[in-house]
Amino acid sequence: MLTYVIRRVLIAIPVLFGITIMNFVIINLAPGNPVDMYMTPDTPPELLELRKEQLGLNDPIIVQYFKWLGQLLSGNLGYSFSTSESVGSLIGERLGQTMLLGIAALILGLLIALPIGIMSAVKQNSKFDYLMTGLSFVGTSIPQFFLGLLCIYIFAVQLGWLPVGGTETLGGGGGLGDRLWHMVLPSIALAVGIAGRKVRYIRASMLDVLKQDYLRTARAKGLKEFIVTNKHALRNALIPVITVVGMEIPMLFGGAVIVEQLFQWPGIGQLTIQSILSRDYSTIMGLNLVAAIVVLGANLLTDIFYSVADPRIKYH
Amino acid sequence: MSAVEAPVPVAGGVAIPAQPERSEGAFRQMARRFVKHKLAVVGFVVTLLLIFIAIFAPWLSPHSPYAVTAEFSAAPSASHWLGTDQVGRDVLARLLYATRVAVIVGFGTVAIYVTFGTVVGLLSAYLGGWVDLIVMRVTDMFMAFPYMMVILVVVSVLGPTLGTLVLVLALFSWPSIARLVRGSVLTLKQMDYVKAGIALGLSTPRIVFRHILPNALAPIIVNATFGVAAAIMAESGLSFLGMGVQPPTASWGNMLTDAQSISVMTDQPWLWLPPGIMILVTVLAINFVGDGLRDALDPKQ
Amino acid sequence: MTTAERIPAAEPLLRIEGLKTYYPIKRGLLSRTVGNVKAVDDITLNLYQGETLGLVGESGCGKSTIGRSIVRLENPTDGRIWFDGEDITNRSMSDLRGARMKMQMIFQDPYSSLNPRMRVQELLAEPMRVHGVAGGAELEAKIDKLLDTVGIPRSYKQRFPHEFSGGQRQRIGIARALSLNPKLIVCDEPVSALDVSIQAQILNLLKDLQKELGLTYLFIAHGLGAVKYISTRIAVMYLGKVVEIGTKEEIFANPRHPYTQALLNAYPVPDPRERGQERIVLQGDVPSPANPPAGCRFHTRCPFAQAKCKEQEPILRGGDHAAACHFPLAAL
Repeated sequence: MLTYVIRRVLIAIPVLFGITIMNFVIINLAPGNPVDMYMTPDTPPELLELRKEQLGLNDPIIVQYFKWLGQLLSGNLGYSFSTSESVGSLIGERLGQTMLLGIAALILGLLIALPIGIMSAVKQNSKFDYLMTGLSFVGTSIPQFFLGLLCIYIFAVQLGWLPVGGTETLGGGGGLGDRLWHMVLPSIALAVGIAGRKVRYIRASMLDVLKQDYLRTARAKGLKEFIVTNKHALRNALIPVITVVGMEIPMLFGGAVIVEQLFQWPGIGQLTIQSILSRDYSTIMGLNLVAAIVVLGANLLTDIFYSVADPRIKYH
Repeated sequence: MSAVEAPVPVAGGVAIPAQPERSEGAFRQMARRFVKHKLAVVGFVVTLLLIFIAIFAPWLSPHSPYAVTAEFSAAPSASHWLGTDQVGRDVLARLLYATRVAVIVGFGTVAIYVTFGTVVGLLSAYLGGWVDLIVMRVTDMFMAFPYMMVILVVVSVLGPTLGTLVLVLALFSWPSIARLVRGSVLTLKQMDYVKAGIALGLSTPRIVFRHILPNALAPIIVNATFGVAAAIMAESGLSFLGMGVQPPTASWGNMLTDAQSISVMTDQPWLWLPPGIMILVTVLAINFVGDGLRDALDPKQ
Repeated sequence: MTTAERIPAAEPLLRIEGLKTYYPIKRGLLSRTVGNVKAVDDITLNLYQGETLGLVGESGCGKSTIGRSIVRLENPTDGRIWFDGEDITNRSMSDLRGARMKMQMIFQDPYSSLNPRMRVQELLAEPMRVHGVAGGAELEAKIDKLLDTVGIPRSYKQRFPHEFSGGQRQRIGIARALSLNPKLIVCDEPVSALDVSIQAQILNLLKDLQKELGLTYLFIAHGLGAVKYISTRIAVMYLGKVVEIGTKEEIFANPRHPYTQALLNAYPVPDPRERGQERIVLQGDVPSPANPPAGCRFHTRCPFAQAKCKEQEPILRGGDHAAACHFPLAAL
């Protein structure tokens, strides 16, 4: 087991290298460079040159890459070209916000999907089942930005129940309640997609379990009794679901970009867009690296969990 | 299908039909099972409709999507059924022409990545060894990329033209189908009929294309169908963020960009509700088709 | 069985000498090869024209691997294979085409031996077309004849495999193997997956075909009962080695290796004269082929094992009825 984990980690390292190299190459293919952003008709060219020198942009690409790599290995992600803040701290303060949203969305998504999935399985092929299947499709097919816009339109603008964006009310005292209130809409925007995906999965998993106990539980008298008598079975059905949650994490990164932009949520999604627009190369590199590590880590954890849960899977 | 026991030909015994009976082929059978899914059929019809709109957009729309008429941000009226946008262009026309973008992106992306991914997956599984190892590592690398983030970087760098968009989306979609095909082929390689083919002296290309690939097609087709929907979603998201199709070309995604402003959202719902609904309907329809295909092609009879 | 059929022809149709097929075991961080599964470990056999050699043994003894190695579906690690006078051991895939036509294989699982997407007609036509054996109307005629030979009605030509029963699929598989007019057919447990009543049908078909077409069979099975009906000679395998070989009558009447005796005890024999000596019940499990016991491989389970058996590996000796045992059972 340990060999497997070590092997995966070792393999992940060249993969990460590959990712960073690809990123670097792509970024440097871009016409223009970060310094151009600050150009006004008055800016003396010498100043631009100086800035370029400072940022090391005149070095050959390979040199730039290895400088970056060297920095990385000493624990430094570099400094943002736009704001000169440490990339590490930039990402750090925003990562928390994205994770907050992500976790809230996951919990919400599962809270919606679990009961629906289980009920759909218990009442297989009923009208309820078909309706829920249709709805789960709608959930996965609706674009997140459209859903977000609709939510804002209905709940924030028309009904005025929820805020339009941001994490806190401006000028307000802050506080947990306020923050939660602000989290509702963006979480929903993310959660609906998650729920849609998971409902089918939970339903299928539950159906498998039900099939096994079908003869014993000839008449499903209701959910409560079923859970009581089949706690073990339910747990077995849920194990694959938990591992599948691991698969959602990469998707959340993608969703984060759009939702954060829409709701002005100060997470790494928003940072990504900002840094792309301002050609802030070092931040982009840092962001992609962090995201790749998270995705690879999530994959590894999922695989490990899966193998622990199902000892039949062998790794050589 | 129940097994048919062969009656031994005996004079005066069981009658055997003079002409060979031809069982229905795989395609007919698939179509028959597909039709049983009402939602899938609806989705299929809607998809055809959308392709129709894409092709005949110039004839269907009352105005040009680029023409600026006098009124801007006008509410729906007799001459402009869905009103006009910020610049004064007819929203309905843009909506219809945007169908073209969706169809091109959807099917173009899939055509490219399915072809490439299938070939890579086939080669990787059949050749094994070094080739397989390298392909696996490369797909690992691509699949570890946080999709959206990297696409944003690439698109912003290379310039958001339709062509680059399709290529970039394809670039990040091929690894999963390569893995899929590789898995199928590895399983199929173990089938006795493949071994029989080798023992019979059939050439490798023949075994791959005549025996292995047809039996691996089902998941490829399903993946491709869902892939069309995913590509359309991705493009609309990118366009929404301003990193996709750029105005004046109309795309459902970029028609929604302006709705981020509250005033536009509240005062001009005709600007953003229709394109949003179009995306939803399109993606939904294609997903239904994919689901129907998945059931229809399921080997478990 | 007449004496004429028992006497082998001068030159064997198939000869394998010192055949070894090992599968490497990879462990550890770098997938190092830490050992080998010695599926086939130094086997020398002759197969003569017109006979049926039954090859029996428990799971994992290597019998299927021998079959596949001969037909070159697996590549032997060592040793030589001669077929029809030619050394085919190291031939490349393209060079094997000629040989391929003369030796064919029938498989165990009727459900995976036919391509589910091809109609019967196409399944049978393909090998003949590829090798240029026939075309057009002549091809159709040949297909019809093949179907007749195996007892499948011609009118079912356009059906798919899933529309047939297991027994029928095996017949189609046999027809496919016959299409290239082979001399040798390796039968890899062809009836193990079928119902008992159907087994008899298929075995009869194989016997008739052998007589009609002068075929030679290597018949692989995991029990003596299955090979009794169809074999002329029988070879018993254990952990990659042949432990006993002889004519069917000899094996059943006078087993010389304790393992053969144990196998016989598992097979109900009505004739008391054929029952052999004492009842032998084997203890313990089959050792792993990756790590076979030292000396005689069977000694860990043999009730007659002695000191010599643990140290020295016995060689196969005894002429026509040979056994690999230091203390072979006495003849009745």
